[in-house]
Amino acid sequence: MSEKQQTFTLSGVSCAGCVSKIEKAVNAVPGVGEARVNLADRTLQVSGSADAGAIQSAIEGAGYGAEPVRRSERELREQQHAEEQRHYRQLLWRSGLALGLGVPLMAWGLLTGEMMVNNTGQQLAWGAVGLLTLAVLVYCGGHFFSGAWRAFRHHNANMDTLIALGTGTAWAFSMLVVLLPQLLPEAARHVYFEASAMIIGLINLGQALEVRARGRTSAAVEKLLQLQDPTARVVRDGREVDIPLEEVQVGDRLRVRPGEKIPVDGQVLEGSSLVDESMLTGEPVPVKKGAGDALSAGTLNKNGTLLFGAEKVGAETRLAQIIEMVKNAQSSRVPIARLADKISAIFVPTVMIVAIVAALIWFNWGPDPRAAHMLVVLTSVLIIACPCALGLATPMSVMVGVGKGAEYGVLVRNGKALQQASNLTTLVVDKTGTLTEGAPKLTDLETVGGGDGDADELLALLASLEQGSEHPLAEAVVAAARERNLELLPVSDFEAITAHGVSGTVKDKKILLGNRKLMQRENIDIAAWHERAEELADLGRTAMYAAVNGAAAGIIAVADPIRDDAKAAIARLLRLGLRIEMLTGDSSATAEAVAQQLGIDRVHAELLPEDKEKIVGELLKKGERVGMVGDGINDAPALARADVGFAIGAGTDVAIETADITLMRSSLHGVANAIELSRATLRNIKQNLFGAFVYNTLGIPVAAGVLFPFTGALLSPVIAGAAMAFSSVTVVSNANRLRFFQPTEVQ
Amino acid sequence: MMLALLINGVGLLLIAAILWWFWLGPRRHTTEAVGGGEKLQILVKDGVYEPDRIRLPAGAEATLRFRREDVSPCAEWVLFPDLEVSAQLAVHSDTAVKIPAAEPGEYPFTCQMQMYRGTLVVE
Repeated sequence: MSEKQQTFTLSGVSCAGCVSKIEKAVNAVPGVGEARVNLADRTLQVSGSADAGAIQSAIEGAGYGAEPVRRSERELREQQHAEEQRHYRQLLWRSGLALGLGVPLMAWGLLTGEMMVNNTGQQLAWGAVGLLTLAVLVYCGGHFFSGAWRAFRHHNANMDTLIALGTGTAWAFSMLVVLLPQLLPEAARHVYFEASAMIIGLINLGQALEVRARGRTSAAVEKLLQLQDPTARVVRDGREVDIPLEEVQVGDRLRVRPGEKIPVDGQVLEGSSLVDESMLTGEPVPVKKGAGDALSAGTLNKNGTLLFGAEKVGAETRLAQIIEMVKNAQSSRVPIARLADKISAIFVPTVMIVAIVAALIWFNWGPDPRAAHMLVVLTSVLIIACPCALGLATPMSVMVGVGKGAEYGVLVRNGKALQQASNLTTLVVDKTGTLTEGAPKLTDLETVGGGDGDADELLALLASLEQGSEHPLAEAVVAAARERNLELLPVSDFEAITAHGVSGTVKDKKILLGNRKLMQRENIDIAAWHERAEELADLGRTAMYAAVNGAAAGIIAVADPIRDDAKAAIARLLRLGLRIEMLTGDSSATAEAVAQQLGIDRVHAELLPEDKEKIVGELLKKGERVGMVGDGINDAPALARADVGFAIGAGTDVAIETADITLMRSSLHGVANAIELSRATLRNIKQNLFGAFVYNTLGIPVAAGVLFPFTGALLSPVIAGAAMAFSSVTVVSNANRLRFFQPTEVQ
Repeated sequence: MMLALLINGVGLLLIAAILWWFWLGPRRHTTEAVGGGEKLQILVKDGVYEPDRIRLPAGAEATLRFRREDVSPCAEWVLFPDLEVSAQLAVHSDTAVKIPAAEPGEYPFTCQMQMYRGTLVVE
């Protein structure tokens, strides 16, 4: 076992005396290089090769408690990387060695044509080469043989089986030629040592390139992991200490300076600053954070210093959950790959049978030298068949595609969701919070006098009247007054008249605010405003009349403003060929007005929350493939019912749980991005699957010799080896092309 | 003539042997049962999971520890597609994989390329 660093958190440690006791106990454990206790943060660092369990029991034996600190995801990754690098170099080295033997041998064969064994001198020379090849097979290709054997014992066959059989057969036949040439007709006394060495070399090379290319497929998760710094600054006993991120606990107070990343999820206690959350939400504008605001791990503190309390640490942070979700989705299966899965399950034994049948055909009906042809066909078929390309076709694309999504704030639950998102026909969109801001705003205020002063005065009165009300329209009025810095006055005799409006007394004036019914009830003449009210309704705004001391004073209108980017996003979705249907609980007039502005022609208005699911169900019954976009809170059933549920809006926990695709960013552009990405990924998968099928269905017959009547030659096992080695590299590289995907929004 | 018969005979015999060994013949698995809270180690090495058939009681969560000794990228992931569980395995160390409570049935688990294969039996 290798040298390593381990960290334990200690309990029951209170004094310097404990420190030496623990260090002594741990140092007595075999394999421990150095043990060092840090009393300040109650941790123990151990270097050496000792087992964590042994160290733990030694500490417990000394009368203290110890817990190994879980290694961080990042460290695991780094270890993984180091391992990958080592593996990569090892593969290159093996490949170089095998090719170092194979290439000169092949050159010799091509240049001199002397690969035959006809006399004792040749027997000796080729015998020596054969032993050298055996060494190469064992050293550079031993893992293929051991893997094949282990799989065989488990009634299993894999790629190793094919390689071991192919190269082993070629070597064994050549050795037979060397040792007992008289058994074979003169024309068949050909050796194939170069083929064995070359194949082993090429396949090792192919695997090395594959390791390289694969490393790039997980770049997205890597990027997410890098959003976290390895340490955090915790305030303890009034002092600031830097501790490893894994040791931060819930309740710790942390300090973040300008330009630093927020280490864990928490709530601001002191200070204010702009925080860049674009990495999680895709929202480019930094958000102002002050006391009481929530902070997310991985976001960037821009200009102020913040003190905040840790609320979620480790695997609980939103960032960690996103990473977890991305990783799970990256390795999930796509329905389209089912056929490939079925084939790869029976692939290797089938290829072995095909190889034997082909060899027998050449033996019985082929031209001379039959033994040599038989061997070449057998080896080539075994070697050219590539179950890897077939098996890798989908997972690699999904891995890159899902990762790419995360970069754009699109979290895909699994491969199935990815596939279904690519062929949706109808997109059902919930209006509130998706197409509109979800918070009504005052849009119009017109008074009898028409001046600004009059408007402000009326607004102050109306806001004062409404300040006690919780109606969303009232909130819009109060917010507008606050925005204009108007002073709110106390209200008396406040009364809310259901389905009419409100009334009350402010500054000894009797104020009324409500609809036409209210004005009619109170006998107030509003004929002059009637036309204006109709105009506002046509624009999708809700108009209300105001009266002061029994006379009409003006009209105000409130509307839920359309999101800035909704129109452009809808246009993109329409271009993607989707039919868009809008759902809302609002009145038809308001809904129609919004729909018209956005270019949506199908509207379902005045819905109750449960109707949304029904509409999705009806569309599904009609054979549509339905995507549903909502905020994931009150439309969860509809999201679940649809083929693909898109939860929009900063990914609340509920949304992440119910939705197939979660959009971190509250913009409909995210939906368009997700659909474009899913189409690009599916296209990539199809290319890969097509390539792998075509490769195998063409490669195997060619290796079996179907072209012999036309070309008069058989496919060399070396070429078969090269083709096989590079087919999986091709698949991985094609999947890597997806890394350059860009949604049309940014193009 | 003798040789021809011999070679053809051997060939056909081999085909029969392949069919029997990989598909038709009885499969012996190294089976191990695990209880709800216990952990079970599965060795990932040389193209096989060992053990490759794991029994779990239904309706309880379990943790499987995969020890990966194969550095080749094939072994990097283990997938339980029907359970939507997957894990990236660290080399030369244990990776805990949580299996959620599941209905009785057989759930295959494989590597990404399906060269490694195993079956989880929930009963």
